[in-house]
Amino acid sequence: MAIDAINGIIRTVVTGSKEYKAWVGFLTLLALVGIAFVFRQIDQGLIATNMRDDVSWGWYIANFTFLVGVAAAAVVLVIPYYIYDFKPIGEIVLIGEIMAVAAVSMCLMFIVLDMGSAERFWHLIPMIGIFNFPQSILTWDVVVLNMYLVLNLSLVIYALSKTYAGKSYKTKLIMPFIFFSVPAAISIHTVTAFLYLGAPSRPFWNTAVLAPRFIASAFCSGPAFMLIIFQIIRKTTKLKIEDAALHKMAEIVTWCMAVNLFLLGSEVFKEMYSATAHIEPFNYLWNGLRGHNQLVPWIWTAVIVNSIAFLILIVPSIRKNFFMLNIACTFIFIGVYIEKGMGLIFPGFAPSTLGDIYDYMPNSMELWISLGVWAIGLLIFTVGAKICIAIKTGEIGHADPSAHH
Amino acid sequence: MSDDIKGKEKSLITRRKFLAGLTAGAAASALPAGEAGAYAFEELFRQHYKRLDADDLKDILAKLEEELSFKYGKEVHAKATPPMDNTVFGYALDLSRCIGCRRCVYACVKENNLSRDPQIQWIKVLEFQKGNNKWQGLEHSNRYYEPEQVPEKGRFYVPVQCQQCKKPACVKVCPVQATWQEPDGIVVVDYNWCIGCRFCMAACPYGARSFTWGKPSIPKEEFNPEIHYLGNRPQYKGVVGKCTFCIQRSRAGRYTACVEACPVGARKFGNLMDPNSEIRYVLENMKVFRLKEELDTNPKFFYFFSMGTGVKS
Repeated sequence: MAIDAINGIIRTVVTGSKEYKAWVGFLTLLALVGIAFVFRQIDQGLIATNMRDDVSWGWYIANFTFLVGVAAAAVVLVIPYYIYDFKPIGEIVLIGEIMAVAAVSMCLMFIVLDMGSAERFWHLIPMIGIFNFPQSILTWDVVVLNMYLVLNLSLVIYALSKTYAGKSYKTKLIMPFIFFSVPAAISIHTVTAFLYLGAPSRPFWNTAVLAPRFIASAFCSGPAFMLIIFQIIRKTTKLKIEDAALHKMAEIVTWCMAVNLFLLGSEVFKEMYSATAHIEPFNYLWNGLRGHNQLVPWIWTAVIVNSIAFLILIVPSIRKNFFMLNIACTFIFIGVYIEKGMGLIFPGFAPSTLGDIYDYMPNSMELWISLGVWAIGLLIFTVGAKICIAIKTGEIGHADPSAHH
Repeated sequence: MSDDIKGKEKSLITRRKFLAGLTAGAAASALPAGEAGAYAFEELFRQHYKRLDADDLKDILAKLEEELSFKYGKEVHAKATPPMDNTVFGYALDLSRCIGCRRCVYACVKENNLSRDPQIQWIKVLEFQKGNNKWQGLEHSNRYYEPEQVPEKGRFYVPVQCQQCKKPACVKVCPVQATWQEPDGIVVVDYNWCIGCRFCMAACPYGARSFTWGKPSIPKEEFNPEIHYLGNRPQYKGVVGKCTFCIQRSRAGRYTACVEACPVGARKFGNLMDPNSEIRYVLENMKVFRLKEELDTNPKFFYFFSMGTGVKS
């Protein structure tokens, strides 16, 4: 049976429609281009990027931060299905977990790419190296991200092997782990926020509202991305995804965006009304500072598209129109990507602690490498989701596709 | 460290000596690939500084001397002088005297074998307009002033380097303890242990840490052969470095290079534990302050005005 399963999985991965093959080919090509540029970066060092002492984290860390949010968003499916037993989401919860696996994998790739001496990664291994736990929040992030990766990967593999054998995977054995995955998801994004907000040297980050804002925006961007993917999946595969499941997700996104905008407003009020010297990075982002205004159009784009998306979503009859829903989802994805990527990381460093402004923007090498990481992540997701769907629809294995598991 | 690796290291040293004798002055790139490979292999698995025993350290320093003597064509002395008893170093800078000439910056670069390209400087001199009330938060500084002559009228200068905090934010955040505070108060980095994550640079409120973004370059003729393992040895691509109060000098009872270079005597350095030291005199007789005191990092780097405001400097 194991050999049958492996054969079935390999057959699933290598066969597919023209579109599937073109998509996988395209991603592979992007990944290869990215890898080629990685060799250049290893050869020259991080000087090949546009980062410098004044802006010592850039595009890689911005992508990392955004993707931790996407990974955490799997709980938006886990909570309604496993905890509230909302059955329509049962069909897609595994795909959400596969998305989490792909997103955490991308996070880890971005972190390694950002390390100046990545060959020394073993210094982080407890006992062999020195793991500065619990002092360094970065070590907390290493712990929770790896734990979350292993947890989701195990849950997916367990559920798929049960489904393959034609059994239910909602067992007593697995439920404690499912429940644990909820705080685990919250923890990865909280700890990532703590990396920044724990630095009094950077007034832009040093705000307690950063962690809840991270969670709120993550629960918008992740599900927004998934909502679009699920519509593609139900058009191109035999997997049945009910409208009810998508509507429930859209509703969750709506209220998370409301919270996100509220927290942003609190932040804006606090900075502008108190108007201390610490407003400088805030001004750099929103108004431009002493002639440096490269981020201004980006952040206003983000806040405008997020607000439009919120207005679309807040009216149930409009958000149930899939055309409008897809516009809202696209806007949210773009808005949160800007807000949490360049809108969060770059102003943390500008002005620098000594008052210098270095206008950092990634160069083409950083963009190609990042695209390569995204391509690898999407490959992991595409292949994972295809296997998952083949098993769930009974194309391989012994699942009964008509039953909710 | 296993005996196996130690054996390799010893044979490497003897072969290196032999080679150095044969091809003195030749470029390091002329080394056979195997030699460089064995060296890189040992470095890849070298343990944290605090975990090296006396023998390991002796071997490593000897190897470093060989390596650098060969590369820079002069006799290098590598030390790992431990902290002195009853010593905590402190620094004070007289802002009423500083003329913004940057001689301290260049002396530091030379003394500490900092890379010229990419350019690394551990001291940054900030220029401010007199009468601008936003100078203590450092928001309105200009680091890139280029007048024909300094000091310029209506300007004053604030040199900033590592403040050697008693509560260093950089040390707390390092995920691998590659940076720590020594008993004499100096915050050091093990350049062979740093993984290059740059979290310390995000955490430092004083911009005191520099990353070696590319392969460092130091002119042979300007190479300073008196080096300390935790201080002025050449750094590697992809690690973080910082001012160590010239650990190679201060632990030998000397002034730092910046103190010696200052033409106006604005820089004071000494042992905070010694009641007769110059630094103690400054602390007891001047009104001193520290940068960003609201962050409570507790620097051992003090600023003061020896001449009252309004006195022409």
